[in-house]
Amino acid sequence: MRATVLVRPKEGILDPQGEAVESSLRQLGFPVDEARVGRLIDLEVSANSPAAARAEIERMCERLLANPLIERFEIELAEGS
Amino acid sequence: MKQPPPRVGVLVFPGSCDDRDAAWALGALGAEPVMVWHGDEELPDLDAVVLPGGFSYGDYLRCGAIASFSPAMQAVSAFAEGGGLVLGICNGFQVLCEAGLLPGILRPNASLQFVCRDVRLVVERADTPFTSRCEPGQRLTVPVKHGEGCYHAPPDLAEEQIALRYAAGENPNGSAQDIAGIVNAEGNVLGLMPHPEHAVDPLLGSGDGAFILASLVDSARERLYARA
Repeated sequence: MRATVLVRPKEGILDPQGEAVESSLRQLGFPVDEARVGRLIDLEVSANSPAAARAEIERMCERLLANPLIERFEIELAEGS
Repeated sequence: MKQPPPRVGVLVFPGSCDDRDAAWALGALGAEPVMVWHGDEELPDLDAVVLPGGFSYGDYLRCGAIASFSPAMQAVSAFAEGGGLVLGICNGFQVLCEAGLLPGILRPNASLQFVCRDVRLVVERADTPFTSRCEPGQRLTVPVKHGEGCYHAPPDLAEEQIALRYAAGENPNGSAQDIAGIVNAEGNVLGLMPHPEHAVDPLLGSGDGAFILASLVDSARERLYARA
């Protein structure tokens, strides 16, 4: 089963990477008000059902993929899985 | 009869680069350094543990995150939970935060630039096993060299846990409250971004790092004698 995990810096957490991207885009003339930089992780997991896969991936996020102090995560299961 | 030196373990992760400097400094200050491989599930007989600087596992995912799950770190966690002395320097500090042995987390420097220079520190707590040779308020000159040293404090961080601060105007990374080093609530685990092991001889620009490492060696020796 294929899934994608999106990890983002929480609201209010300083994101210097995002600020650098934002100012670079502005220098290039793009009308950007804010940029935040997160992380995307594609996974292929073995699970009996989408619900079981989601539960397993939530545990992965809590243990390793995201740090709850500064990051929040979203899980997207691929269509048809 | 001459007493044996205290044994201080130095963890070696793939990507550690200050492990040998730490071992050399500890040896110069009277300890017997013992290198501990990250894959070892058990620690040898030790009186203290140092997690050295570097880029364990290439800083993949988040700095320190992968190392915090290594077999040796499970053993270090048990050692710390039993009251053992653990000092984390730079990447070692990041590993301690990711392992949950210290509160908070280290984030990319606010400047997004790698900083490598001497900084002045202020000793906030001189009553820890890692700062006992210092006076409260003492200034120490110790180098930093990191890209991710901006300390993000949890909302409930107690003031007493702030052991070291950057001196006014010297914060190199945007750390909250100028924090350079913190201890756990029990006081047996300290993490700091500056590198005391690079400053144990005036020939290296400063000898002030020895105040911290010699404090650790003193405390490890006390533990050794208490056990004997």
